[in-house]
Amino acid sequence: MLDHPLQLAIARRQFLGGSCVAAGTAALASLLGRDALAVPPEATASGGLHGFPNFPPRARRVIWLTQAGAPSQMDLFDYKPTLADQFDKDLPESIRQGQRLTGMTSGQARFPVAPSIFPFRQRGQSGIWMSDLLPHTARIADDICVIKTLHTEAINHDPAMTMLQTGHQIAGRPSLGAWVSYGLGHDNANLPTFVVMISRPTGPTNAQPLHERMWGAGFLPTKHQGVRFSPGRDPVLYLSDPPGVTRERRREFLDTLGALNRMTLDAFHDPETAARIDQFEMAFRMQAAVPELADLADEPAHTFEHYGPESKKPGSYAANCILARRLIERGVRFVQLYHRGWDQHNNCPAGLKTQCYDTDQPSAALVNDLKERGLLDDTLVVWGGEFGRTVYSQGKLTADNYGRDHHPRCFSVWMAGAGVKAGIVYGATDDYSYNIVRDPVHIHDLNATTLHLMGVDHTKLTYRFAGRDYRLTDVHGHIVKGILG
Amino acid sequence: MRITMLGKGGRRIWTRIWIWGAVGGVLAACSPSSTAADRLSYNRDIRPILSENCFGCHGPDEHDRKGGLRLDVPQPEAPPTDSGLAAIVQAKPDESELINRILAADPDVLMPPPESNKTLSAAQKETLRRWIAEGATYEPHWAFLAPVRPNVPSVKDAAWPKNTIDHFILARLEKEGLSPSPEADRSTLIRRLFLDLTGLPPTRADAEAFLADTSAGAYEQLVDRLLASPHYGERMAVDWLDAARYADTNGYQVDRDRENWPWRDWVMKAFNANMPFDQFTIEQLAGDLLPDATRDQRIATGFHRNHMLNEEGGIIAEEFLAESTGDRVETTATVWLGQTFNCTRCHNHKFDPFTQRDFYALKAFFHNVNERGVGNYGAHIRVNAPPFLQLASSEQEARLTKLKAAVDAAVKHVADVKGAKKKAEQEASQQPDAAAPSTAASENSPSNADATPTDAQSSEPAPDPVKLAEEELKKRKQEHADFEATIPTALVMEELPKPRKTFILMRGDYTAPGEEVAADTPSMLPPMASDLPRNRLGLARWLVAPENPLTARVTVNRFWQSFFGTGLVVTTEDFGSQGAQPSHADLLDWLAVEFRESGWDVKRLVKLIVMSATYRQQSAIPPALRERDPQNRLLARGPRFRLQAEFIRDQALTASGLLNPQLGGPSVKPYHPPGLYEQVVAQKDNPKATYQQGTGSDLHRRSLYTYWKRSVPHPAMLTFDVPFRETCTVKRSRTNTPMQALTLMNDPTFVEAAEFLAARMIHEGGDDAASRIAHGFWLVSARPPEPREAALLAASLERFRSEFAATPTDADLLLAVGDATAAEALKTIDAAERAAYTLVASMLLCRDEAVMRN
Repeated sequence: MLDHPLQLAIARRQFLGGSCVAAGTAALASLLGRDALAVPPEATASGGLHGFPNFPPRARRVIWLTQAGAPSQMDLFDYKPTLADQFDKDLPESIRQGQRLTGMTSGQARFPVAPSIFPFRQRGQSGIWMSDLLPHTARIADDICVIKTLHTEAINHDPAMTMLQTGHQIAGRPSLGAWVSYGLGHDNANLPTFVVMISRPTGPTNAQPLHERMWGAGFLPTKHQGVRFSPGRDPVLYLSDPPGVTRERRREFLDTLGALNRMTLDAFHDPETAARIDQFEMAFRMQAAVPELADLADEPAHTFEHYGPESKKPGSYAANCILARRLIERGVRFVQLYHRGWDQHNNCPAGLKTQCYDTDQPSAALVNDLKERGLLDDTLVVWGGEFGRTVYSQGKLTADNYGRDHHPRCFSVWMAGAGVKAGIVYGATDDYSYNIVRDPVHIHDLNATTLHLMGVDHTKLTYRFAGRDYRLTDVHGHIVKGILG
Repeated sequence: MRITMLGKGGRRIWTRIWIWGAVGGVLAACSPSSTAADRLSYNRDIRPILSENCFGCHGPDEHDRKGGLRLDVPQPEAPPTDSGLAAIVQAKPDESELINRILAADPDVLMPPPESNKTLSAAQKETLRRWIAEGATYEPHWAFLAPVRPNVPSVKDAAWPKNTIDHFILARLEKEGLSPSPEADRSTLIRRLFLDLTGLPPTRADAEAFLADTSAGAYEQLVDRLLASPHYGERMAVDWLDAARYADTNGYQVDRDRENWPWRDWVMKAFNANMPFDQFTIEQLAGDLLPDATRDQRIATGFHRNHMLNEEGGIIAEEFLAESTGDRVETTATVWLGQTFNCTRCHNHKFDPFTQRDFYALKAFFHNVNERGVGNYGAHIRVNAPPFLQLASSEQEARLTKLKAAVDAAVKHVADVKGAKKKAEQEASQQPDAAAPSTAASENSPSNADATPTDAQSSEPAPDPVKLAEEELKKRKQEHADFEATIPTALVMEELPKPRKTFILMRGDYTAPGEEVAADTPSMLPPMASDLPRNRLGLARWLVAPENPLTARVTVNRFWQSFFGTGLVVTTEDFGSQGAQPSHADLLDWLAVEFRESGWDVKRLVKLIVMSATYRQQSAIPPALRERDPQNRLLARGPRFRLQAEFIRDQALTASGLLNPQLGGPSVKPYHPPGLYEQVVAQKDNPKATYQQGTGSDLHRRSLYTYWKRSVPHPAMLTFDVPFRETCTVKRSRTNTPMQALTLMNDPTFVEAAEFLAARMIHEGGDDAASRIAHGFWLVSARPPEPREAALLAASLERFRSEFAATPTDADLLLAVGDATAAEALKTIDAAERAAYTLVASMLLCRDEAVMRN
């Protein structure tokens, strides 16, 4: 199909195409002065930027396991044994320090301390403390790095999730995955560079709404936005041919369409036309590649045993974890899972149980699976939410029940693989899991570190928009050297 | 013609005096084309280098200025440097520290410093050296000088220009040794005009008539006809809706519905009525403040209620009020001034002479609306956040009054019954043997007959009259509320009687208010006339005042972009120091002045653009020209670009005959892929947890009426580059992706359109395959197919026909896509035949030429 010289010239474009940046730009630069600067830099063969990665990457791929709604750090990772004595005592003002609260608890007469009801144990050789809610994560304790000191500014879900994803609380900036797509391009031209999958809790908990913006391209060209994979007939939007249109018919269709479009190309010599011919061909290849990867039928029985009882249900977090592994095996660079339902304002213990039922085993199985396949060495896995939760109870506190409000000052995430130190805990919080006492990690730092692991200097990955060179980390971000192996 | 700035005094003073005092003499000097070719121009050659590499640390923001060095103003104006060294010594580059530093070998001395990731090329260093040698002449930034009508350049080929625009374009082409392209053929022209002016393709009859009409006035008649079409307003509204961040939901996490389509319809009608752009501006920013403001003028103010509104539980209103009022500042600055005020929310601008104070002084105009700043999470589902306008018709008004009276009566009845009961109880307590209290209802009970038991012989215990009356009241209230819910509302601006105080927010943080500021326009732009009120109305009038240097330029540039795909200034959103230079500065100024002096006549401007020979050129790209000018900035050919998302779908609906051309009204919900919406929206306590697809002809309305949910905009539209409409967007990206190919081939919208286009081909296209294929080609591309195109399509049709004949089930399956039912007459046609034509029709819709505008 690629027999036209113009086509060949641009056949090496990125999967998600893009407007053509033709040669000869320099010719006019002198004529138009500044105009030349408005032309985006030419992409590399993989659709990334020239000079990227800036140095050899440790992580070739990322799987971000986004726990939407904000998991409670002191019920999962941030063990606070001394709190047992503080049950129902008032949170000392010396700890709260006037911290702003959401309207859901700012009117409470008291802020009674609610120690976690879940027992904690040290796990693995490394002895990382984890609660009994995480029996499977416990088994990968020696493979992960738990950061207890993530912090953010936002106290509401939307701004906080927007901050986590785009480095800014206000809508309009590109997401991490979009930045990666823009900077590094693809490894497999037949699949999207940035894939997003969303799962819903199996329990009765409220599933937080999400937003396409979270994986949007912001002001980057829209081709960099995350492509949603969904369960069902069309894993990718409009992937399947209409009923009655067989693969053979689609091939015939594209042969004629290609011939017609080549006539247009001959008449107009527009590189966009050549690109469009390519895009239709890529679409055709995707129609074969995506169902193959989305179909879990070829997975052996033990895969489903490892990933747990939900893993055979399409669209579950567990099934999405298997898909994430299959995607990165095929060269997808950035896979982001979202699991909703972590917003335990009330009935926190019961809610956490169902959330952990959904996510604990598959998350651990994914890390193990990657490790067994030798993929963990150059795949980064990140697990975390948009902020933490309060040590004091929202609403009624009883011996076995409590709720927890949003808490921005500290929360726990874990990372695994791709050059991150395994089996360590980074940072420390105070006795109430309220303030950070050592080694804070801002979201900008986490993002700077993620880019660093991908071989990208976060200060160099910029895009000119509205007169300014924007970057994911704005003017912030420090690489967290203490977690690098 | 060169300007050396030697004025004294503070920055605010010099900029004002200099810019507004210098107008006449300076202007000609500022346009690059009139700068002597052998001398460097500050605006063209120097500012871009300094702005890109130096202003970040040595620019207008004094807080982050390094070494006390300021390079964005002429050195006599700049403060002394910390070192005491002179960065620039006029005519003496070797004595200028700037040159020493950019040439330094020592990385500790080198500028820009290596850690800035910025480097100057050898050519740029030489340019700076030469500039200083030539006297280091500064020029004011071109966009901050009011445009003055430039002389129309003369051209060698006097026969080519059709209007003034062409003189500017051709003069430049001749200077570059280039020639314009020939005029496009008539098929291309009619399709281009139809799509550009209405967003819809021409009918075959229109196209054939235009091809046949070779009279001199045919083109202009067509232009006039399209400008008068009601679909012109729909097309023009699309770009404005992006700028105004219009959507049908509130955004943020909860993202529930809002109702502001009456504002969207106002925009469409304003374009159709050719409302002058100054009035269009004033009514949208301050229609409520006009004397005796009409309902329409108040609806217009919905412009600045289009921003997002957070309804999440537990949010702090102040935080989000600061956010939405800030959004109004940024949107206003982008849309009218082409300036990037988002920078100044937290600090002084790094590149342009705007301060943080300017931001909050502008915010003070938008900070007095009677609003909370957040939605009401607890409120029931159909909610517009106040202030809003109820748009009842007179019949609705009458019915509403009646229902309200019924509620009032029921309220009174409850009071009466309670009073009667209490009295009876009191009497009873005084007469221990008395019977039960009377159940007699008050005379004015609204529904005596059915609500009050009158059967004294009833063996049932008499119901409690108070309870009955209260039930009655509840029922009346419900009736009133139910009816009220059917009356459309529109979000509007409404001033508080007493203005809110506005403070500079340190680092943009709502918890860190600094100095109080009063409403004012940016200090380096011409001040508001003293007779203008210091409110939104005054601000709006200031934006369209003749001395404003930006509004007319920014606006004509945006309209130019609508028809050429790219603005004369590429950075539509930024006319500041970091923005692009105009490709044709004189033309931009000429258009700006012409537009303003015409009384801001939009249709006149649009007509001027599309009547030009420049616009009418063919858009084929000769390889030599592609080498020379790949971005087509010189316009030696017509622009060729992909249609906007809305018009790709609208074209398919029109060609297939499915389009429901109804203008305006509430947004509609066309086909939407299953599951995608549900994955994202709240599932608990949300009556709209599933996508409620529309029915019948609502599935086939123009795309500008498609329900716009910010957290899940229509996925096919997103695939074709629509913005989220969360913030102001004045330029969409234009990508070319396999996702687009999949949408065109497989989205039921396009499959159904192909099926109905096929039906038209069979039904209207004559008896043989060739004429039927030709008919389809006309309907999509406004031309007959070339013989080779016809042959390819005919061969394909033949293959599909025999395949579907062999597998009739497949044909039935394909034809079952979509909700629209085929006309009775079609059902007699063989399914295999229709299915084969459907795939051919789909090809016509997928062709590059179909999604492009040639």
